[in-house]
Amino acid sequence: MPILSNADREYLSQVFAERLVDPVKIRLYTQKLAQLSIPGYECMTCRETNELMEEVASLSDKIELEMLDFLQVREQAAREGITEIPAIVLEGKNKGKVRFIGVPAGYEFATLIEDMIDVSRGTTKLQPLSREILGKLARPVHIQVFVTPT
Amino acid sequence: MMAVESDKVTADVVEVSEFPHIAQRYRIYAVPKVVIDETLEFEGARPEEAFIAAVESVAGGPVEEGGSPQGE
Repeated sequence: MPILSNADREYLSQVFAERLVDPVKIRLYTQKLAQLSIPGYECMTCRETNELMEEVASLSDKIELEMLDFLQVREQAAREGITEIPAIVLEGKNKGKVRFIGVPAGYEFATLIEDMIDVSRGTTKLQPLSREILGKLARPVHIQVFVTPT
Repeated sequence: MMAVESDKVTADVVEVSEFPHIAQRYRIYAVPKVVIDETLEFEGARPEEAFIAAVESVAGGPVEEGGSPQGE
């Protein structure tokens, strides 16, 4: 059974059609279904995340989903700083790195959709002064926002 | 949004209930909690200006590490 309701799918299709500009890639580090039962290494939310991202990607031609098996691409994952799965890396016109660790459920799902749109457009709703400050940062910075599903 | 605007920024949204060891490591008792470069942290939502100021305080301005900028 799909995770997204028909109404959700319809709504998201419309949002994507109206607001996505350039292609956006979802790189998902996960466990493939066949391996979900490895003892001692079970990703509790990978299955749900895989399904959810497949459904989201099916709603627009501009969304590309790349599913990577974390255990088979550990070097690449390490280079990207991915240590936990499921992990989503968004790629498009973003200058920095935008990632989601854990299943993007509840309110975080809305955040993911908004971020996909920003990444597709290369613009945000941040104020001009904020953008100016960010453009002048002297050093790399890692911002982690910890949330729980609500 | 900040990571869309700046190549210096890596922004992670972490669903922490799946990763108890992360919750423990960052002492997360309330969400949302923001940790910037493992050094600056705050709980709860902040207005955009305050959030940007926090990021700037960590990563903005002249380079502090390794002594004075003209030392090299």
